[in-house]
Amino acid sequence: MKKSLARYVIIRLLLTIPMVFILLTIVFVILRVMPGDPVSSMLGGHAPEKVIEQKRKELGLDRSLPVQYVQYLWQICHLDLGESMIFKERVTKAIADKLPATVELTFFAMIITLFMGVFLGAYAADKRRSSRDYGIRLYGIVVYCIPVYWMGLMLQLIFGIWLNILPIAGRLGARTFASDFERTGFYVLDTIMARDFTALGDVLIHLVLPAFTLGIVLSGIFVRLTRANMLDVLKSDYILAAEARGIPHRKIVYKHALKNAFIPILTMMGLQFALLMAGAVLTETTFSWPGMGRLLLERIYLRDYPTIQGVIIVVALVVAMASLLVDVVYAMVDPRVRY
Amino acid sequence: MKYSPAAGTARLISRFTGLGKKYGLEWWILVVGALIILAIVFMALFSGTIAPFSPYDQNTGPQLIGPNAVHLMGTDNLQRDVWSRIVWGSQTILRVAVLAAVVSSVVGICLGLLSGFSGGWFDRVGSLVMDSVYSFPGLILAIAFAAMLGPGVINIMLAVAVIYIPTYFRLVRGQTLSIKEELYVEAAKAIGASRLTTLWKYIFPNVIATTAVVFTLNVADAIMTEAALTYLGLGLPPSIVDWGMDLAMGKKFLPSGHWWLITFPGVMISVLALGFTMVGEGLAEILNPRLLER
Repeated sequence: MKKSLARYVIIRLLLTIPMVFILLTIVFVILRVMPGDPVSSMLGGHAPEKVIEQKRKELGLDRSLPVQYVQYLWQICHLDLGESMIFKERVTKAIADKLPATVELTFFAMIITLFMGVFLGAYAADKRRSSRDYGIRLYGIVVYCIPVYWMGLMLQLIFGIWLNILPIAGRLGARTFASDFERTGFYVLDTIMARDFTALGDVLIHLVLPAFTLGIVLSGIFVRLTRANMLDVLKSDYILAAEARGIPHRKIVYKHALKNAFIPILTMMGLQFALLMAGAVLTETTFSWPGMGRLLLERIYLRDYPTIQGVIIVVALVVAMASLLVDVVYAMVDPRVRY
Repeated sequence: MKYSPAAGTARLISRFTGLGKKYGLEWWILVVGALIILAIVFMALFSGTIAPFSPYDQNTGPQLIGPNAVHLMGTDNLQRDVWSRIVWGSQTILRVAVLAAVVSSVVGICLGLLSGFSGGWFDRVGSLVMDSVYSFPGLILAIAFAAMLGPGVINIMLAVAVIYIPTYFRLVRGQTLSIKEELYVEAAKAIGASRLTTLWKYIFPNVIATTAVVFTLNVADAIMTEAALTYLGLGLPPSIVDWGMDLAMGKKFLPSGHWWLITFPGVMISVLALGFTMVGEGLAEILNPRLLER
């Protein structure tokens, strides 16, 4: 059978399933082995035996582990992530409420990462072996070693407290009410749709520090990757030909060369997605950003198993989808990688 | 040529000291990184003599005072000296990160060697499991493990170690697969070397070089993960001195402008991670001079 794109997509999709399945199993095992009995902490320390037993039955915790496991998988196939043990809400709703916040944060952070990383990388490749090149390479190494949350705290200190020009917590200021414009949960979109531009300004300014924090720390990787790829591309014959034809240098580097170096960068974006999620957890805690990262931590402290499980499953699915998407795009562009 | 792990390591060291004559950028990066690490290891080994106060002493001076002559990095809300806490905290972070990296590497390398060498369903299942864990955000998995295991130095060390095993596994398995096809491995089989001997004497020494680079970068990453876990309040009890924990505690006083509580621990974490990264990058460039000629 010819190596078609469709065949690649199907095989790739089939490969994703066992990977997600393994992650689900790991999550299940981790949570069942967690110390601390959720039922007794839920009912308070002094509940009578009978009540505890009854609650256990209700939550299905009295059945044997394999049975619980099958029940868990069955529920997931029905896209039912269960109900929170601590609050009276469905896990899917809790996650759906917080997911847009995280997506907005990671989206803008990724934009910043790409802008800073790719352009600095291209510049460094262009000015190879100059002090600017070494400086940018050093930046690439150093910036990755800075803890995301520390960067966040320092930026909060400088811009929020000493200079007092940017907000340091939350998605909205005290005078803007989400209920006025909220529709999808993506506040940038919502405010634009509602034509409420003062609210849009508020939303954007609250996005600045968290997005920059996450964006800068991840840009280091892209700086080095872009630089390496650009160096390869800049050696090619067609670049030499373009120079011979008299095309302005800047256009050669930032248009022709960069476009050709871009594909591996795209693949790297997919791989960095996992780092983005991890960074988002830390950024959300630092900036009191009401997203999935903070939800995960809150529920871990409360031992709310179903929600913890649900969040990890969603993260696993999102990461799997992102890497699948990236692989498919790569296969679309370069037929040599297809199965 | 001698085929033993000792010979492999000796060859590694002579290659790198030989190339040390070339004082390029890579060499300087390595040296600076190594110096940073040595300085902090020194700090950890001689904490008692370097730190002016005990990190638990809640009566060292005025509360929440900025850096001054007595308290080089100021004091916190419990009147503890920040500099002393930094000095003593270096022990915790080094202990957890290095141990975690050692555990990861041992487990990962063994599994990788076995998997690459045996092939078959063990390899298939192993690769699938490792790939799944590898693609998942490590920190989130570490958070789940740390929450499951509870606070404690060994527990946090395990939580951090688990997430790096796939890195070593993939690296070593890939190399094993290619080395397995080499002629000298077939020759070894022909002279009757057992499978274990082949693995240990022929394949393992060739895997060490790249693993060493990955190890240093792994320690850097482990440092970041450990600090992140303690910042989030998971992994270590408050009685243990730790930089990440200091960051979490100092965070509360940020709005009132007490910057020294978070600046110094953060700088130390970055510097230590940077030290290991520089050693790793320097090593990588020195060991593969032609491949990385940029």
